[in-house]
Amino acid sequence: MTARTYAAHAKPLWQRALLTREFAIIALLVVVYLYSRSEVPAFDGPLTIYYLLLDAAAILLIALPMTMIIITGEIDLSVASTVALSSVLVGDLHQHGMSIPMAGLVAILAGVVCGAFNGFLVAYVGLPSLAVTIGTLALYRGIAVGTLGTKAVTDFPEKWTDLAKQHIGDSSYPVIVIPFVVLAILFTLLLHFTSFGRGVYDIGLNSEAAHFTGVNVARTKFILFVLSGAVSAFAGIYITLRYGSARGDNATGLELQVIAAVLLGGVSIFGGRGALHGVIAGVLLIGVISSALRLEDVTVNVINIIIGLLLVLSVMSTSFLSLATRASAGMKKRSSKSSDARQQLASAHHEGKN
Amino acid sequence: MKFNRRKASALGALAISAALVLSACGGSSDGGDKGGSGGSGKSVSVTFLPKNLGNPYFDTSDKGGKTAVSEFGGKFSEVGPEKASPDAQVPFINTAAQQGINALVVSANDPKAIGDALNEARDAGTKVVTFDSDTDPKYRDLFINQATAEGIAKVQVDMIAKQIGDKGDIAILSAAANATNQNAWIDLMKKDLSANHPNIKLVDTVYGNDDDQTSFDKTSALLQKYPNLKGIVSPTTVGIAAAARYVSDSEFKGKVQVTGLGTPNQMRKYVEDGTVQAFALWNPEDLGYLAAFAAKALVDGTITGKEGDTFKAGKLGEFTVGKDATVLLGDPFQFNKGNIAKFNF
Repeated sequence: MTARTYAAHAKPLWQRALLTREFAIIALLVVVYLYSRSEVPAFDGPLTIYYLLLDAAAILLIALPMTMIIITGEIDLSVASTVALSSVLVGDLHQHGMSIPMAGLVAILAGVVCGAFNGFLVAYVGLPSLAVTIGTLALYRGIAVGTLGTKAVTDFPEKWTDLAKQHIGDSSYPVIVIPFVVLAILFTLLLHFTSFGRGVYDIGLNSEAAHFTGVNVARTKFILFVLSGAVSAFAGIYITLRYGSARGDNATGLELQVIAAVLLGGVSIFGGRGALHGVIAGVLLIGVISSALRLEDVTVNVINIIIGLLLVLSVMSTSFLSLATRASAGMKKRSSKSSDARQQLASAHHEGKN
Repeated sequence: MKFNRRKASALGALAISAALVLSACGGSSDGGDKGGSGGSGKSVSVTFLPKNLGNPYFDTSDKGGKTAVSEFGGKFSEVGPEKASPDAQVPFINTAAQQGINALVVSANDPKAIGDALNEARDAGTKVVTFDSDTDPKYRDLFINQATAEGIAKVQVDMIAKQIGDKGDIAILSAAANATNQNAWIDLMKKDLSANHPNIKLVDTVYGNDDDQTSFDKTSALLQKYPNLKGIVSPTTVGIAAAARYVSDSEFKGKVQVTGLGTPNQMRKYVEDGTVQAFALWNPEDLGYLAAFAAKALVDGTITGKEGDTFKAGKLGEFTVGKDATVLLGDPFQFNKGNIAKFNF
């Protein structure tokens, strides 16, 4: 750490931590939350956090692998269809007498298979993930709807449906927070504290350079898609039990909610940049805004307009301001001779993609 | 320079998004204040949650609900998801529970999936009335039923009997051969015909599978096979529209009567050009109106949902709670040239 002396590391750690896009989102989350608590009627009630987390849980879960996939410069649009497929499998297997844990296990295995299929086509065949996962979005959804048709399986044991909505002790946190926190810690360690995670950023910045510096690009991408499939399937089990209903049309459109939250959380759609704490704040920010506006009886269309604008502005603010600051930065660039190869790559990538 | 860029963009992002969100919240809190002043005193707050927003059928029923709520001086609001799915309905039920709304009027996207959320709202003191599409009875206080099978069968027989002068051959164009609702109605219609209309002969029942083209082709086949056919009854919205389209462009227009269950927007053209004299469905506006008054009666404690309870619903008169905490709107509503212009769903 101390050997790296380029400009980005010139300031003390606490300043660098504060002046990031992630911190801006976290600060905005805190501001909006405090504002809502004082101004929005019923927002400070005991149920707000509980419902907010119940609603956001599936998005929070899937956002973890999605963040890593987007940082590599890829995307997975098939997550919501995997959720539906998992939901339908749990329902159908339960209907045929299988216990919920066994059915859940099968559903997660199916999620792994779905993810592996995406990963194989993207990483080893070399097809663009946008095209592949648009295809599997339709494919997995088709299988899900085809399996149950217009029927819904709803006779789940109350023991399990209650578990999905249970509070942790007397707190206003639902138990689904526990697996999320565990997974969030694991994904944070994986992305920010391992060589695998550094490889993820390298692939996003420059896939070829990453390959030549010893990152196994194909294997990394394959693993990420498998993780995405597995976590989506887990989210599918949660959604099934939370609503007590397995349907082929469950979670329709969820993939876009996940991707919007990931981008709002400061992840670059071009790859190479982003952090999980920003993404988690992004998901919660959308949750708090929706919850507060619903309590104000604002219609869903207006809520979507506001969240859409927020996303566009937050993405724009990065691009505009980086353009504006590049002019002034250009002068200093020549005087700074200590930039390393990684940074040159980064700026080359940046200019190339803008 | 990386630092500068980051700092600038971070501050920019913060400032812009903060401005946006604060202005957005500021705008919406105006709406909240208005609602707050309307809700002061002891007025009843009623929230309508249709299957989805932007659906003409529910726009009509919510309009009826709004009329009723303003008649009894309560606070009305309408919320709902963009698409008709149960998981999208749940956050709105949760919100109603948080707000402590007096009554929630719901058309359920799933009889079970929204049940726990409804019960949580009821635990928080909200009365739950379902309309149009029911949940399991254990999740709601009252269901407003739009029509019974007997009522639907009877209105169709009455319409065709009147239109063909209570004499001649008729055929039925149904949905799928195994459609539960349609088959129940057809059985009741057959009984009614043989008991009360001896001169009407039901010559055939064909199935268009609720597919426009199949229904169209079946209509064509019926008219060729039975040259003396006087009328076609189609107890399905897809079938009646396809039959009316065929007849309106053929030499049978005016000679063969088409009736059944349809929606005004689908049937308007054929009613106006004279192909169809009348068709039936319930009136969603009355349904919403009744649901709102039922909600108020529950909140006031006039009724509890037990069989035999009675309450007054404004211009619609008095209603009695039936079995399984169900209130029946009444006989289906007949749409004809005189009234169809008033409906848009």
